[in-house]
Amino acid sequence: MEAGIVSYGAYVPRYRITPAEIGKVWGTDGVGMGKNLNVHRKSVPSPDEDTITISTEALRLALARGGIDPQTIGALYVGSESHPYAVKPTATVVAQAVGATPFLTAADFEFACKAGTAAIQTCLGLVGAGMIRYGVAIGSDTSQGAPGDALEYSASAGGAAFVLGREHVIAKVHHTVSYTTDTPDFWRREGQRYPSHGGRFTGEPAYFRHVTECAQKIMEVAGTEAKNYAHVVFHQPNGKFPQRVGKTLGFNETQMRYGLVTPYIGNTYSGAALIGLANVLDHAGPGERILVVGYGSGAGSDAFDLVTTDELGTFPRDLGRPVQEFLDKGQEIPYSIYAKFRGKIHMGEN
Amino acid sequence: MRDVAILGAGMTRFGELWDRSFREIGIEAGLGAMVDARVSSAQLDGVYFGNMAAGSLIEQEHIAPLILDYAGLGSRHLPAIRVEGGGASGALALHEGYLAVASGLYDIVVVGGAEKMTDVTDERGSDIASATADHEWEVVFGATLPSLWGMIARRHMHEFGTKREEFAQVSVHDHEMGSKNPNAHYRNRITLPQVLGAGPVAEPLGMLDCAPLSDGAAAVVLGPLEIARKYTDTPIRIAASQVATDSMALQHRREITTVDATVESAQRAFRLARRAPSDVQVAEIHDAYSIAALVSLEDLGFVPKGKGGPEFASGRFAHGGAGPTVNTSGGLKSQGRPFGAVGIAQVVELVRQLRGEAKDRQVSGAQLGLAHNLGGTGATSVVHLLERVN
Amino acid sequence: MSIARFWRETPQRYNLGGSKCSDCSTVYFPPRSVCPNCSSHRRSIGRMVPFQLSGDGEVFSYTIVHEAAEGFDMQVPYVLALVKTVEGPMLTGQVVDIETGEIRIGLPVRAMFRKLREEGKAGVIHYGYKFAPREEDRAPDTPPGQRDVARAATPDAERGPTTA
Repeated sequence: MEAGIVSYGAYVPRYRITPAEIGKVWGTDGVGMGKNLNVHRKSVPSPDEDTITISTEALRLALARGGIDPQTIGALYVGSESHPYAVKPTATVVAQAVGATPFLTAADFEFACKAGTAAIQTCLGLVGAGMIRYGVAIGSDTSQGAPGDALEYSASAGGAAFVLGREHVIAKVHHTVSYTTDTPDFWRREGQRYPSHGGRFTGEPAYFRHVTECAQKIMEVAGTEAKNYAHVVFHQPNGKFPQRVGKTLGFNETQMRYGLVTPYIGNTYSGAALIGLANVLDHAGPGERILVVGYGSGAGSDAFDLVTTDELGTFPRDLGRPVQEFLDKGQEIPYSIYAKFRGKIHMGEN
Repeated sequence: MRDVAILGAGMTRFGELWDRSFREIGIEAGLGAMVDARVSSAQLDGVYFGNMAAGSLIEQEHIAPLILDYAGLGSRHLPAIRVEGGGASGALALHEGYLAVASGLYDIVVVGGAEKMTDVTDERGSDIASATADHEWEVVFGATLPSLWGMIARRHMHEFGTKREEFAQVSVHDHEMGSKNPNAHYRNRITLPQVLGAGPVAEPLGMLDCAPLSDGAAAVVLGPLEIARKYTDTPIRIAASQVATDSMALQHRREITTVDATVESAQRAFRLARRAPSDVQVAEIHDAYSIAALVSLEDLGFVPKGKGGPEFASGRFAHGGAGPTVNTSGGLKSQGRPFGAVGIAQVVELVRQLRGEAKDRQVSGAQLGLAHNLGGTGATSVVHLLERVN
Repeated sequence: MSIARFWRETPQRYNLGGSKCSDCSTVYFPPRSVCPNCSSHRRSIGRMVPFQLSGDGEVFSYTIVHEAAEGFDMQVPYVLALVKTVEGPMLTGQVVDIETGEIRIGLPVRAMFRKLREEGKAGVIHYGYKFAPREEDRAPDTPPGQRDVARAATPDAERGPTTA
């Protein structure tokens, strides 16, 4: 496959809340919960941020870094489970906001947490077939957990945008493999405000089975082993699952070092694996092999086998904010402000 | 063009007039002015009516014939014209009435102004008033009228070292004046610590830096000066009536600490009347926000640019100061702010001052008065110079 | 606000599309069809060309709004500023991602893409520009004490390598 990543950018909202602060409200051991999940803080979007604004910020950075004329974008897909509209695309607003309209195709993707990786695959197909010059795939979410639910300790906001193409590729995609089944581990019915989940059922038969099977399959296809990869990125609903699955598959802490971002910003759903990949690209050198395995409930995994190129050496990744800044910085807020920002306070009608 | 005089003046009490409708207050002010001028309805040639937002506030447009109708004058089929210029609607209507009489087209004209602010919520009233700023490029982005004036205040502080206490003093002054005005919305005196300690609205402006949303109406009767003595012993000549405009949005102005429309309208007025700011003994200034009074006093030429703060705080504009004595009515802050009525109410106060009828608010020896009425953040400025004819 | 009324301004609100006079090179935002600067306004008719602002600028003046404009209630108190762009035009906009104590005249800011308002829960969402401090000019955010609490919740081994 000739196609690969031409540019990328990530964006995470500024506010943070700690599990300890959430636990205080519900009378539970928030500190313990945070330890169990390996989530120290999670990001919180401002009332004026949503999947559209996060996607736009991430893509603007990607276009600036790549020096890409937005008019050369042939396809733009936004993967999210928190599209601001049930009907009306996120992708059209983002396309307009970066100046990519009108001659492109655009659509929204939804596949729980792996809609962004699905968008990358679609772009790779279009770019690889020569149908378009550049394709944009964005994974972005402002996910919500029901108040008091375990999800509330991790569900956060953020996203990353990737420009796929065949010119000036900084990371070439050698293989991509998906593993898909009907597994109802996590869902949100139409009209419901918060998602529901199967509790511990989200673990073994869902996340672990799909990620493991998919990872093993792509290594088989690529003829690689864990030790061949400089970096590995897994979907990361919390900070613990990816560590466990990585260990099972034979990866060590050094390989997982940059790909794991959830402990510092929470689970950004469609953004999670992609922000992890962005962080890897922020740190990787040329000629390094990267394994990415996304996961989306419902359920499926998309895996990518990538190798960075010499182009990465001259790529201006110091332009704009690196992922590390989002991991380190942020303004902590109390639950009261968090509840206001996330619309959890019932306001009078007028 | 012939000289125009004010023959009579009338106004309602300003405030939260819960039991009174828009048409009731409009009629009361208009008839009050006619009684004061000893003019009968048969002598009336036309009506000009200043109003900012009746459509949004009471869902009634086409208000000029409405008021005339309910004043019992419908069968006379007189010309009745509404004039709109945001917060300057009243003075703008006066300008139109002045032109009509000066031109010789009409002899006796009533110019009224009215606004009914309390038939909507405070929030809605504020939003409607904010529409006098640029909706598309200011309000949509989160601006309100007080926030725009707050930015003017902040920049004035930055450029000239103006102190928060100095513009707070405007509100203290206004309430002191308004305490003697039976028509004022707020007649309580307030202290500097009260102004400084009031809840913030748009920093540095607080609750007591902002004029209230009031109901009220005011009216004057105009006629040619040459026949004025038939109606009144003390005709007040309109020595100048000048209107100037500027960019709608603050962001497009040449600078924000000077309201060019005020400068232009004042300079034209003084030039036309062959007078200077130092000739003015009494002035009604547009103090919708305390900082606006300081900026206006500078732009009208009463003090040099940047000196408004210290000059005001020194007591220069109070009774017995170097003058002119400012806002003896209490200004918009204390007398109240029924938008379309404000510009006329300023003139009503000046008429009383120049006639020597202002009782315990009287500025002794008042011969020349200035009224200054602004729309929005200064996209419209109207200046009137009024002179006692001895 | 009607849908079309906002929609027709999207090139300006989303992308800071302004105009430039090809006669005197003055840049305007929002775009103008006639140049107010040129000696003869008529000369500039038809000679105003599209010009895109970068979104970079600095705070010319500001206020902290406590009594919100319609649709901004959830953000009170918010910072509103006049921003002098590097290309010249002055823009009115919120400054977000800032503590009210951080705002000052001269603060460098850059444009961000944010929600401006919603037409009710079921209505259209309007987007446009706001401003935020440039990250490189910003002081550290979280008071160190608070961050230590967050980190103390996790033993070193579990903290993950990025803090190492």
